[in-house]
Amino acid sequence: MPSTITKRSIDMDFIEKVGTISGEAFKTCMQCGTCSTVCPMQESTEVTPRKIIHLAQWGIFSTVMSVNMAWMCASCHTCAVRCPRGIDIPKVVEAIRLLTLRKNKNFVEPFEIVKEQIEEMPQAAMVSTFRKHTA
Amino acid sequence: MKIGYYPGCTLKTKAKNLEISTIEAMKKLDVEMVELDRWNCCGAVYSLADDDLVHLLAPVRDLIRARDAGLTPLMTLCSMCYNTLARANLLMRNDEVKREAINNFMEEEENYQGEVEVVHLLNFLRDSIGWDKVKAAVENPLDGIKLAPYYGCTLTRPLDVSVDHNTYHNVFGDMMKALGGEVVDFQEAETCCGSYQVISNPDAAEKTTVRIIESALKAGADALVLSCPLCDYNLGKKQADLMASREGIQPLPVVYMSQLMALAFGVPAEMAHFELNPPLTREFLEARGLLARV
Ligand code: SF4
Ligand code: SF4
Repeated sequence: MPSTITKRSIDMDFIEKVGTISGEAFKTCMQCGTCSTVCPMQESTEVTPRKIIHLAQWGIFSTVMSVNMAWMCASCHTCAVRCPRGIDIPKVVEAIRLLTLRKNKNFVEPFEIVKEQIEEMPQAAMVSTFRKHTA
Repeated sequence: MKIGYYPGCTLKTKAKNLEISTIEAMKKLDVEMVELDRWNCCGAVYSLADDDLVHLLAPVRDLIRARDAGLTPLMTLCSMCYNTLARANLLMRNDEVKREAINNFMEEEENYQGEVEVVHLLNFLRDSIGWDKVKAAVENPLDGIKLAPYYGCTLTRPLDVSVDHNTYHNVFGDMMKALGGEVVDFQEAETCCGSYQVISNPDAAEKTTVRIIESALKAGADALVLSCPLCDYNLGKKQADLMASREGIQPLPVVYMSQLMALAFGVPAEMAHFELNPPLTREFLEARGLLARV
């Protein structure tokens, strides 16, 4: 997925927001790709963790928000414990999700979860989904 | 000996088998689990946003009540509760600015500084009971059963809350060995089971559960041993769906660590509540004669 970077394409406000919400200095990422090799969700993500960090570094807001990476992350911290730069990648990814959720937009609609699933699911599944994927 | 105990929501409902089997097994070790009064849900996941303190209130309130009741260490059984409480506790210990903001917000409670020690069943057994004492309590050793301990994510990540600080995690395997079982190491023992993605992105979660199950089977495991109700759902209860939708997947029984401990200690099988496990678990234990022995 090629991205054109110009002075005007760099969304400084977005970079700053992700930095503030995540509390992570993701600009120090050196693009080694360690995070991508260990991510258990990589088969299902449109871009790898490395790439989402790169896109965020360059403030390419529209691409970051349109790919499914942030919604696929399971916050498993496999990448975070291995990042040679000490970046807590799931925190950056959570910040990206929150930019949507804080606009009161849900990724999952609780009322669309079918009754049978609610009956068999552990509470921990629902609580964590609502925490991660609803406003 | 008494130990403070934080159950969490799932252990009172879908995962009663994890709770009751632990309580009964601990009695055999002369340990009484004292449940925290008026506990509330910890939130299941730790808030990863730096500017979000409000979601820390739930776990911190639990910790304050535990401190006030003198319940430290506070033990958890569910890996997710362990992680959420342990992380919130560390934040209250180490982050002066956030600690002050949270304490100021909770006007009624006395200030909290992380006085409670949060432990999981695994490190409690290792550090406060000792494997020798566990071994001594075994009446029905899990002889010849190849057990694959599945850590998942939240028992060992992030590193500052890991139940095992060795590079190569062995606390879970050590527990299984103490119970007389044979430990099977497998490559995906710490791979995420997909966690909450089972609701939002079930296909993505399924891909990782398949990898975990196949890896354990390839390593020769007879059963996968768990400590988390969400792992139990993704890797155990959803297995029937996997079999139906994919070809060539072999079944793998899943069982909670505490259920095996209860059986090994001679606790009556009814107290391990296998009716709450997938049917395969019971069939497997029956076939191995583990239910008949007690
Ligand atoms: S592991 Fe860390 S430094 Fe390497 S690409 Fe990922 S975020 Fe960047
Ligand atoms: S925390 Fe998210 S990005 Fe990192 S390895 Fe896990 S699923 Fe992938």
